[in-house]
Amino acid sequence: MKDRSPSEQHQRKRPRVPTEAASDSPPPGMEDETPPNPRELTQNPLKKIWVPCKNGLPEKHISQRKVCMTNCPTLIVTVGLPARGKTYISKKLTRYLNWIGVPTREFNVGQYRREYVKIYKSFEFFRPDNEEGLKIRQQCASAALNDVRQYLTDEGGQVAVFDATNTTRERRETIIQFAEQNGFKVFFVESVCEDPDVIQENIVQVKLGSPDYTNCNTEEAVEDFMKRIKCYENSYETLDESLDRDLSYIKIMDVGRRFLVNRVLDHIQSRIVYYLMNIHITPRSIYLCRHGESELNVKGRIGGDSGLSARGKEFARFLGQFIQEQGISDLKVWTSQMKRTIQTAEALNVPYEQWKVLNEIDAGVCEEMMYEEIQENYPLEFALRDQDKYRYRYPKGESYEDLVQRLEPVIMELERQENVLVICHQAVMRCLLAYFLDKTAEELPYLKCPLHTVLKLTPVAYGCKVESISLNVDAVNTHRDRPENVNVHRTSEDALQTVPPHL
Amino acid sequence: MMRGSSRSKHAQNRDCKVCMTNCPTLIVTVGLPARGKTYISKKLTRYLNWIGVPTREFNVGQYRREYVKIYKSFEFFRPDNEEGLKIRQQCASAALNDVRQYLTDEGGQVAVFDATNTTRERRETIIQFAEQNGFKVFFVESVCEDPDVIQENIVQVKLGSPDYTNCNTEEAVEDFMKRIKCYENSYETLDESLDRDLSYIKIMDVGRRFLVNRVLDHIQSRIVYYLMNIHITPRSIYLCRHGESELNVKGRIGGDSGLSARGKEFARFLGQFIQEQGISDLKVWTSQMKRTIQTAEALNVPYEQWKVLNEIDAGVCEEMMYEEIQENYPLEFALRDQDKYRYRYPKGESYEDLVQRLEPVIMELERQENVLVICHQAVMRCLLAYFLDKTAEELPYLKCPLHTVLKLTPVAYGCKVESISLNVDAVNTHRDRPENVNVHRTSEDALQTVPPHL
Repeated sequence: MKDRSPSEQHQRKRPRVPTEAASDSPPPGMEDETPPNPRELTQNPLKKIWVPCKNGLPEKHISQRKVCMTNCPTLIVTVGLPARGKTYISKKLTRYLNWIGVPTREFNVGQYRREYVKIYKSFEFFRPDNEEGLKIRQQCASAALNDVRQYLTDEGGQVAVFDATNTTRERRETIIQFAEQNGFKVFFVESVCEDPDVIQENIVQVKLGSPDYTNCNTEEAVEDFMKRIKCYENSYETLDESLDRDLSYIKIMDVGRRFLVNRVLDHIQSRIVYYLMNIHITPRSIYLCRHGESELNVKGRIGGDSGLSARGKEFARFLGQFIQEQGISDLKVWTSQMKRTIQTAEALNVPYEQWKVLNEIDAGVCEEMMYEEIQENYPLEFALRDQDKYRYRYPKGESYEDLVQRLEPVIMELERQENVLVICHQAVMRCLLAYFLDKTAEELPYLKCPLHTVLKLTPVAYGCKVESISLNVDAVNTHRDRPENVNVHRTSEDALQTVPPHL
Repeated sequence: MMRGSSRSKHAQNRDCKVCMTNCPTLIVTVGLPARGKTYISKKLTRYLNWIGVPTREFNVGQYRREYVKIYKSFEFFRPDNEEGLKIRQQCASAALNDVRQYLTDEGGQVAVFDATNTTRERRETIIQFAEQNGFKVFFVESVCEDPDVIQENIVQVKLGSPDYTNCNTEEAVEDFMKRIKCYENSYETLDESLDRDLSYIKIMDVGRRFLVNRVLDHIQSRIVYYLMNIHITPRSIYLCRHGESELNVKGRIGGDSGLSARGKEFARFLGQFIQEQGISDLKVWTSQMKRTIQTAEALNVPYEQWKVLNEIDAGVCEEMMYEEIQENYPLEFALRDQDKYRYRYPKGESYEDLVQRLEPVIMELERQENVLVICHQAVMRCLLAYFLDKTAEELPYLKCPLHTVLKLTPVAYGCKVESISLNVDAVNTHRDRPENVNVHRTSEDALQTVPPHL
């Protein structure tokens, strides 16, 4: 089985376009001759990727020759008693994989059950001797697996996360066979936890608000759910070092204190393991903001490495006060290596770390230009960018897609850390925000990240609470919406319609 | 200027990616002889140094060899050999002393204490040592009962050991097996229960299974990730640059030009070379620059493009000749010669930046088997430095000429290098460090080592 390298992930569009196998054999009649001259190359105007071409046009059947990194899709299967964090892990993992460019979807069997059995009565539904209940649950699992098959085989999905208890070996065997029949790799993620406090907190955070318990008070809900867990306990067969030694899995114990990892087969499984070993559930907040308004901002110019304007400096001071008022314990502060973020951090009077990978998107030949100048000098580029802002790469510069790849280590470290303030840039902040708020590649480049505004992200339940705090210091607007006309032949007026005002 | 003196000792003026640890880390290996502890120690040390974490390994066996000049037999290791035990104890203490000096006085960030450390008592001693000195401890245990693996290990690295220079193979193997036996009875593996408060990774069956307990910080997390990605399956890594490019011929750096005629010829020869090598399942990687892709196209095999394999960004100096850099940026040119590894081109990158950018490539190369990487001069230097354990000072001056393939094959504790020139002429693009690196030097002095070009 071949692996998938990071490069290939980031060149994938969503959804995945099936790539045809590279044709290695020479054209008919030429088998015994020297290989044909290397194909000519042409540069894809949007992504600036060199692709082989014929008569000046990209060869139709292979946009770029690549080794198919995963020959087959991956089915991640959760295992564990209720309230062990399976759905939390499923959703988080799905969000991460999609952000790094691996089309992933989760399939929660409980949801299928809720759609089938409109009204949840009590834990009795889950009793192991409830024939009717068992039958329904079986059907729901089958329906979910069916959708998994469709997603991975027909819809271009790369990874499916099958979120259910899957606590018996028998059930897992069924899934393994299903995967084998369909050519999917299987990777199990088991969560084991016996800490009653953790389980209680879990129930409070996510079960009480579940549709199953809308009509119960807290005590009733907790009591019923505890009985629900009991229904599974007797038949629970944990992944066993001996019996399951040929399976690929990670067993997470005590909320990440200990891990057992068995037979990691390929790149994506290795990345999944690394990610799961770095996340935690300790409450904390992540603060994202941009540098204070810069001198180039004021002039309506992009990129560059200018210092703060007077208002930008004022913001930095207010930011310092804000941080103090928040009274955050052990706050880490990160900046890029550009002057404007560092100047901003300096005003906080606390230690900070510089990350080169937090630098703003490289606009290549368009660095320090106004949008008007880009339109004048590179009207085609300007239009291509509006057509696909996520994948568009500036000539000699970067794309948002490149940015995401560059920022992955930041996300990984943010997952490891607790309270962090990241002082960065517009495009960078959009990428980070998209990760936390699960935004698509289409939405990402248009997320609103105005100057002088702090976003406070606090993980809650299965997602992230966002608070937007404006520090009440005026600044130019640097947000340019997608114009209506993105055609390469549009007029300057149409192209510049959404440019925000500047000096 | 970085603030935060509580952070890494190496902040200086360096731009810290992430400050790895507040306090130094002591990695402690655990395991019977011939379980790959030294292999792991050396590899991990090489990796950490390459990514910029000052690391050194301390192999107690080596201390023992220096103390007991001549190795007689396994009897030295018998658990009832009082004299032997005393010497081994002293050697371990001497090594720990050097560890302390390295981490406390010499700016080391990570020390790898490579010994069997098979008893809980011995490990407890080390834990206390670390606590007294403010070091974090991370155990790396290797457990393996596969006799084939152990046999292969002995053949690969023990037979050539100074301990066995005067033995034939059979004698050496027999003695070493008895040596292992000396440890087996008192071996206390890291236990899920008894050792639940320790930070460790237990590697089982050469990486088939791992138990990871209480990873405390970033560096431990990176170490675990690395150890979970390496393997010992025999394979070769081929490194080469793109064929000679049009800008190469003109003596210009950077840019995104196509191949010259000779470059295209090299590409064809490379295709033939690859076929002749008959490598099973060869993966081919290129950058996203035209010249490497053109080279790969001539191989007529599938290849993958990696943006992170792109050549170092020379910023404002892109597409310039050295003569032009000297004329327009004489100060920059001199600074670069003063510290070529850390020097960053204005609006460009440094070798140090390159290494950070290439880390995922190295990680994936560790996961893979046979790979051909078609890249660029600075990039190839960085990759080569990782495999050959070169320092930051040596790295930017490694010789990576055009039209030459380097075949790297892991062997014993290191890497065998074969240099294969494909006999197609090309310009020389290697500029040595000139004698005079002073910012006030003359143009002549500055350009003394520029290789000839059109």
